Amino acid sequence: MTDQTQMHETSPTTEATDNEQQESATTPTGVSDLLSESGAGMAGYNYAYLDEHTKREVRRGVLKAISLPGHQVPFASREMPLARGWGTGGIQASLSLLGPADTFKVIDQGSDESVNAANIRRLAKTTADVETTTDTTEASVIQTRHRIPEEVLTDEQILVLQVPTTDALRRVDGSDDANRRRHAHKNYSKMWVALYENVVKWDEIQISARYPAMVNGRYLMDPSPIPRWDTTKLNDADSLFLFAAGREARIYAVPPHTDVEPLAFEDRSFQVERFDESCHRCGSTDTYLTEVTGDDGVTRYACNDASFCEKRAEHPDLSKDHHLDEDDVAWGPETPDPILSDETGGEDA
Amino acid sequence: MSLLDAENVTRFYGEFEPCGDCVDLTGPTHGRNQCPDCGTVVGCADVDLDVERGEVLGIVGESGSGKSSLAEMLALDLAATAGNVEFASYDGNLLDANYEERVDLRNTNVGMVHQHVRDGLNLEFTGGGNVAESLLAAGWRNFDEIRARVRDLFEETEVPVDRMDDPTDTYSGGMQRRVQIAKAIANDPELVILDEPTTGLDVSVQARVLDMFRRIQREQDVATIVVSHDLGVVRLLADRTVVMRHGRVIESGLTDRVMEDPQREYTQTLINSVI
Repeated sequence: MTDQTQMHETSPTTEATDNEQQESATTPTGVSDLLSESGAGMAGYNYAYLDEHTKREVRRGVLKAISLPGHQVPFASREMPLARGWGTGGIQASLSLLGPADTFKVIDQGSDESVNAANIRRLAKTTADVETTTDTTEASVIQTRHRIPEEVLTDEQILVLQVPTTDALRRVDGSDDANRRRHAHKNYSKMWVALYENVVKWDEIQISARYPAMVNGRYLMDPSPIPRWDTTKLNDADSLFLFAAGREARIYAVPPHTDVEPLAFEDRSFQVERFDESCHRCGSTDTYLTEVTGDDGVTRYACNDASFCEKRAEHPDLSKDHHLDEDDVAWGPETPDPILSDETGGEDA
Repeated sequence: MSLLDAENVTRFYGEFEPCGDCVDLTGPTHGRNQCPDCGTVVGCADVDLDVERGEVLGIVGESGSGKSSLAEMLALDLAATAGNVEFASYDGNLLDANYEERVDLRNTNVGMVHQHVRDGLNLEFTGGGNVAESLLAAGWRNFDEIRARVRDLFEETEVPVDRMDDPTDTYSGGMQRRVQIAKAIANDPELVILDEPTTGLDVSVQARVLDMFRRIQREQDVATIVVSHDLGVVRLLADRTVVMRHGRVIESGLTDRVMEDPQREYTQTLINSVI
């Protein structure tokens, strides 16, 4: 996304090593032979793995998506060296944006260390020659699955979300044809009926992830399977959010400072998840927690955002906007969690 | 000005380019509605009618006489081939309204009760959800208000309120018809169009649905167009009646006059053939 003049260079493998390996290329006798060749695998690959036409195509899609907030823009999604549904859309978007000056972070369900996240990070590091990090505040491009980081994103950062299902309306109608017509005419009454029936049945809206949200008062958007907790972070943020779906070949975007409003009734307001406990590692009460069952069979609550949890474990009072000049930056649910603070406050008194 | 004033409403069907003489070569005088030159089927042609506020207009005719085509065009469900329709809440020719204007008009000004339940209701939704869809589409966003309005409409149309949260496909035919009426009148439209409101219902349920609708129509003074092949339905509901055959209006007048003193031979046959 920064210095793009280097994009046409191939990977830094020299010709000399290339020739050496071709000369010694005989029938491999063991695993070690195969492994030694794998280092030369980058020769012949373009910078950032994708060819320049693909990257331009993706960037065109990204630009169009930014100009039409929340609208699903088709793009020519390519075959990737991993199965569709494993983040192929996100990878294509990230690799099209990355330049050598970028710092890249990959999160999978809040964790930097899952196999999928580590492999995507390594692919970018090997092919695009970028710095990688697990620290949210240091990254310029963050690819993520199912979460928006707990630390406030800035106007220097782009969050690329991997999207399995692009259309929020598919919950209520399986026909993409009919749904495209609905989007074209901003006809979302069927979604509203589904929410109405949800409240009738459960007395509240029971959508845990992929909570449908109106973008810029125009398009209904599926914000990918982020928890409700993260949905409000999309509203009026400083950063750019890109949503990329490889299997469905669609890109959509929430540009900085765009209104994103989760659908809800006037008298049944949008609710985020509430937790009765704090993180067992860092003690946070203002982060999204998940249940973790340890080897001892005991189920505890832990921060889902592993990198922020680590920081909090060292500095328990670290705020989500600690890296910014301003204080009390709005970012997701109220900080700290009013329900939990009320309860502890009540006990103390 | 009357609520709705239609002139020269025409609809062609068929895969051939109309030859230009289709209207002249069809109709009651020729005893056919398919053009012998080009094969175009003239669904209806040159239909003029008007509806006053609070008035009920009946359209009768045998199958294929063009009455449903006419009703669908007036209910904004079907594109017209030609014609001009003035409607009080719309500026210009109603038949030229674009998709978005049609959606708006259908949400707030024109209610339609379809002959086939599936055209009017989503059977997977609850009965209440179907009625709520009209309100939600018109911009209602307060759950308790929507709920209260749906309950009122269920009481109004005599559907058991206890069943409002059951899926619509578990409802009886009569209840489904009532839910369609509830949905059609949810946003207090100026005009309701009933397409064969009693088809497929047994006689006692027919009578109760008609009674219910007649009461609502009088209480709310909503203008209505009733399309039916059943003269009994039209006699019960309509102030004025038009008789259609081969896509043309062949007779019109006060319902009592048309029923008691039919002028056209076809109308006389139609009335005499009531079993």
